[in-house]
Amino acid sequence: MSYLEIDRLSVRLRGGGPLLRQVSLTVAAGEVRGLVGESGAGKSMIGKAVLGILPRSTEITAGRIVLDGVDLLTLPPAERRRRIGATCALIPQDPLTALNPSRRIGPQITDRLVDILGWPRVRAEARARELLAEVYIPDPERVMRSYPHELSGGMRQRILIASAFAAEPKLIVADEPTTALDVTVQKQILKLIKEMQERHGTALLFVTHDLGVVSKVCQSLSVLYAGLVVEDCAVRDFFRAPGHAYSAALLAATPKYTDAVASLTPVPDTVIAAVRAEVAAADRRMSHG
Amino acid sequence: MLDGRGSVKRRAGARLWLSAGWLAVLVLAALLAPWITPKDPLAQDLFLGRLPPFWETGAEPGYYLGTDSLGRDVLSRILYGARLALIVALVAGSITCLLGAGLGLLAGFLRGWVDVLISRFIDIWMAFPPVLFSILLIAVIGPGLGSIILAIVIIDWTRFARVVRAEAMAQGAMDYVASARVAGRGRLGIMLREILPNVLPTIVVLLTLEMGIAVIVEAILSFVNLSISTDDPTWGGMIAEGRAAVYQAWWVLVFPLITLFLTVLSFSQLGEGLKDRFDPVLR
Ligand SMILES: Nc1ncnc2c1ncn2[C@@H]1O[C@H](COP(=O)(O)OP(=O)(O)OP(=O)(O)O)[C@@H](O)[C@H]1O
Ligand SMILES: [Mg+2]
Repeated sequence: MSYLEIDRLSVRLRGGGPLLRQVSLTVAAGEVRGLVGESGAGKSMIGKAVLGILPRSTEITAGRIVLDGVDLLTLPPAERRRRIGATCALIPQDPLTALNPSRRIGPQITDRLVDILGWPRVRAEARARELLAEVYIPDPERVMRSYPHELSGGMRQRILIASAFAAEPKLIVADEPTTALDVTVQKQILKLIKEMQERHGTALLFVTHDLGVVSKVCQSLSVLYAGLVVEDCAVRDFFRAPGHAYSAALLAATPKYTDAVASLTPVPDTVIAAVRAEVAAADRRMSHG
Repeated sequence: MLDGRGSVKRRAGARLWLSAGWLAVLVLAALLAPWITPKDPLAQDLFLGRLPPFWETGAEPGYYLGTDSLGRDVLSRILYGARLALIVALVAGSITCLLGAGLGLLAGFLRGWVDVLISRFIDIWMAFPPVLFSILLIAVIGPGLGSIILAIVIIDWTRFARVVRAEAMAQGAMDYVASARVAGRGRLGIMLREILPNVLPTIVVLLTLEMGIAVIVEAILSFVNLSISTDDPTWGGMIAEGRAAVYQAWWVLVFPLITLFLTVLSFSQLGEGLKDRFDPVLR
């Protein structure tokens, strides 16, 4: 049984158009699902919906988000927050703004364990040191006393990873966790996330627009266009033969999988037209059903 | 790079210590006025009128900064004047800050209807000419310490509210707030533990600036005789009296003016200096 099941989830701008169109996907326990699509396709929206941090300007209009057998959307807000806090975590995109600049690293990791999970402080601190060591941070003791601005971007992202895994969550949403880093650091961080995910057996919803990353980290994949899932498949199948013209075009547009930069093909207009027609059809379905 | 930072830091330190030093002297003067003033600030002696400061010919020993036209000791009056100036700065500054920053924080972080309510209120408030409003207020409830403070709060709370609201809003959009929400921290907890520490440097700067402004406002109101209607010396009152006889006795005007200037400057510099101290990125 899947740990997370999103079932025909629709989100729209309050008083505006749809942002997510009947999105369905599942993440099994310990599975890594990639979420790809162009900028603005709604990848982050899905992650935010699961974690209960959708912006105020948006609202969920239909669907279910079933976490560990319980539909989150039917729970009272306090209970929903408690459940998400106890079982989920976020690895955000930008390590610059993801740590509070005016607080030391240590408390930022341990507060969560102490205040929310009720751990004794000593145990939380020991756990934080252990985790920092696990993400290859030399001298965890010193790092815990540092402020975020004293550390490099890669270091901060390691800390965020450690922090995300701290409470042994069952599901982590990683929203483009390597985009803000430079290329050499990206590779290390990616490897680290993969390693941590495997060791802890955590399910991962991995938002990215880099198919190369998907091929390295993910087992399953959802391709999004304008808030619509156009393909949901196993990663292995996807790279062998994408099931949708849009996915194929996306794949062709990714440098890794073409011979030369010159042969890079933008997504053809005919494909865009076809996928737009699908979006329109989905909207008609939604307004009828 | 290191050198550049080092020298900036040193200058910030000097600024902080100089301004804090001057304000500390004032606080001591205000607290100890009855014991350290060389003369009774209210004692008049027409035979000792318009004595020049100590370095000029014709000065009397004991009247270091000279006397005014009624023969009152300028230095003693300045020291006593610090009392009212500091009380107004402290009380008016704190109330303005608490009210304005509190509402701004709530509006900027909670958003939604709270923000709409507070923001509209600020807009409407600012549509009134607040200076007129407070002069009216003083005319109605009469001059006095309370009405000066009230007038300052009325005029200035919106500045705190608007600046703090904008900052809280910017901080609220940061990823660390999202992480805290995912972890299950409540709104109040996020506001106090995550947002407030980041807005604090700005609040401190605004507060010290406000204290300086309060000192000026009090001086202006004394100057136009709308302040406290007792004989207690005030800097503004001294400046007003000194103005009348500036060609015969410049010191009656100049010394309180310098004191006022240094005090207001110190408040603003203290704010900037503290901000550098507070801000972990600049530290
Ligand atoms: N706070 C917000 N208020 C209103 N609309 C928003 C907000 N954030 C995002 N959107 C809109 O929702 C849609 C999906 O945004 P989302 O952030 O999920 O895109 P994304 O797929 O994550 O893109 P990117 O790769 O650029 O991060 C976009 O059209 C965007 O304009
Ligand atoms: Mg995004």
